[in-house]
Amino acid sequence: MAELSYREAIARGIAQEMRRDENVVFLGEDVAAAGGVFKGTVGLLEEFGPKRVRDTPISEQAILGAAMGAAMTGLRPVAEIMFSDFFAVCWDIVVNEIAKSRYMTNGQVSFPLVIRSGNGGGLRFGAQHSQSVESWAMAVPGLKVVVPSSPVDVVGLLAASIRDPDPVIFLEAKALYPTKGEVPEGDVPDELGRAKVLRRGDDATLVAIGSMVPRAMKAAEQLATTGIDCTVVDVRSLVPLDTQTLLEEISRTGRLFTVEENPRLCGWGGELVSIVGEEIFYDLDGAPVRITTPHIPLPAADALEDMAIPSVERIAERVQKAMQE
Amino acid sequence: MSTAPPSTQAGTSEVHTTDRDTRVAMYRLLVELRYFEKRAYDLFLQNLVKGTSHLSLGQEAIAAAFGAAMRPGDHTFATYRGHAHTLARGVPMGPVLAELLGRENGLMAGKGGSMHLTSVEHGMMGSYAIIGAHLPIACGSAWSAQYRGTGAVSVAFFGDGTTNIGAFHEALNFAKIWDLPVVFVCENNLYMEYTAIKDVTAVEHPAADRAAAYGLEKIIVDGNDPDAMHTVATAALDRARAGAGPSLIEAKTYRHGGHSRADPAKYRPDAEVQEWLARDPLPMYRARLIADGVGEDELVAIEGATAQAVDEATEFAKAGATPGEDLLLKDVWSDGGWTWRN
Ligand SMILES: Cc1ncc(C[n+]2csc(CCOP(=O)(O)OP(=O)(O)O)c2C)c(N)n1
Ligand SMILES: [Mg+2]
Repeated sequence: MAELSYREAIARGIAQEMRRDENVVFLGEDVAAAGGVFKGTVGLLEEFGPKRVRDTPISEQAILGAAMGAAMTGLRPVAEIMFSDFFAVCWDIVVNEIAKSRYMTNGQVSFPLVIRSGNGGGLRFGAQHSQSVESWAMAVPGLKVVVPSSPVDVVGLLAASIRDPDPVIFLEAKALYPTKGEVPEGDVPDELGRAKVLRRGDDATLVAIGSMVPRAMKAAEQLATTGIDCTVVDVRSLVPLDTQTLLEEISRTGRLFTVEENPRLCGWGGELVSIVGEEIFYDLDGAPVRITTPHIPLPAADALEDMAIPSVERIAERVQKAMQE
Repeated sequence: MSTAPPSTQAGTSEVHTTDRDTRVAMYRLLVELRYFEKRAYDLFLQNLVKGTSHLSLGQEAIAAAFGAAMRPGDHTFATYRGHAHTLARGVPMGPVLAELLGRENGLMAGKGGSMHLTSVEHGMMGSYAIIGAHLPIACGSAWSAQYRGTGAVSVAFFGDGTTNIGAFHEALNFAKIWDLPVVFVCENNLYMEYTAIKDVTAVEHPAADRAAAYGLEKIIVDGNDPDAMHTVATAALDRARAGAGPSLIEAKTYRHGGHSRADPAKYRPDAEVQEWLARDPLPMYRARLIADGVGEDELVAIEGATAQAVDEATEFAKAGATPGEDLLLKDVWSDGGWTWRN
């Protein structure tokens, strides 16, 4: 067992898979010699050399096109898009090419590739370097969407994503890069499509991903002192979605609170609420509540950004209020 | 700017470096691509080809030359105007036509259609309908070949209009800095959809004039001359295979018909159309082969056999079943399924 930061877990996860499989290659802007702008890939170039760990020009379409062409001809590329906001300049390759080509060709090609990207706010970077874009990816048939919330999940889910035969959008919560956690030595077996119940309480179920997971946990601790006992579920993988665990945990308490960093409209929580409404409506003891960032571009100033993204206090207050209604 | 076609003389006595068998094979391909596209158009007019289709009528020499020059294992990436490039890799006509008709015996069982023809077993790695997207993807397959040392070359075909989109420029730079075994082939047919390329491009030769910006040689070739095309194609493929990196080829050509479907192409001046129709690669090459000593009876036999093969392909396609519901939810994922939840 070692204590690793979320950012160190990324290099650890990629390195483990590169050691295991020589077809795993890694490319992106400033990822090799510099070790990534978030220092998430330090040491990979030194261990695996420039043939497998490659710096690219600022050419997001070329990066993802290269990953796609390599994946369809035998490699297992891991590509980095520095900030997930930048998906907007190469979204064609993701949506129209990678996601659709297997279906369009009647299964002749597959795309065992992972696109990692720093996602979400909290770093005071302003609107173009802070958006949570998981709902963009979730809206596209043919993409798997994974969002780890802890170092151990980074390692386990990275391994599962790289070994997966289909394209995975792997969104790293930028706000969590410095956070630490225990990670066992060696392989960390994990799988896509499995939510984790992090805490069990009988009164309400809080569902979160990425940076909102630690906040939901803290809010649950605060709520416990006021007599509201919460279950917290970390979804981890939006596609495939572990609806079984989610519906079970929501049914058990009869109350659903989604905690979402994304702007309000079409966030993953909206989809979850609709599934709950269709399938376990009569198990509910109250209306589902979505706690999200307002539907705005994220502001830069720390004071403003903190007002926008759901905080521990806001989560706790909102839950408390709904539970009293 | 001149839109005059580069000069190519039928029946000259100039020595062609391409051997006789290859030249006859190119003629066979020219005939196949021409007859196939004409049949596709007929079937479109009969409303049997639904949606849209983009024909290569007039531009066949480029596909035929590369078809003859590429090796098994090489990878083709084409656009929505991809019937010719698919057939040129040896994909049989029947399944291609059936795909156009949306039948279950189609190349992709009807799930892709005319614009997305793919046959991985033939090295036909897909037809892409978002302008420019396949150029970076071809870089990826070239990177994979380089990484694994397979010796395969990737070839991406695209139009003149594609030279003004970012992906073209990203791909050229990327291919050059990584010395990738990839050949970029611009089929300059002088028009995008309905707009003349010269009206919207900063340079005269939309591809070739950009080559220098990426450290590449400026290559312009008569895309209606199979021999010239074959020579240029072979050189570029050899270069890539030898580890000398990418090439960018601009092949001048002209489409005989409209951009797609029943586009009457009224935006093109009559004189220009006539000038280029006079440079139709088929009769020109036929005459040249005969002048160079190939027996006309051999060519007539090719034409007859191809006409029959197109008829057979048509019967095959028309006899195909309507795709069943089982196909609808198949193959989103590698496990064959489509589910996004448990
Ligand atoms: C990104 C994108 N923009 C626009 C289109 C619509 N479109 C389809 S074909 C075409 C013209 C392309 O011209 P060119 O590259 O010269 O190829 P050609 O059709 O002449 O072979 C356009 C604009 C598209 N498919 N993709
Ligand atoms: Mg054109």
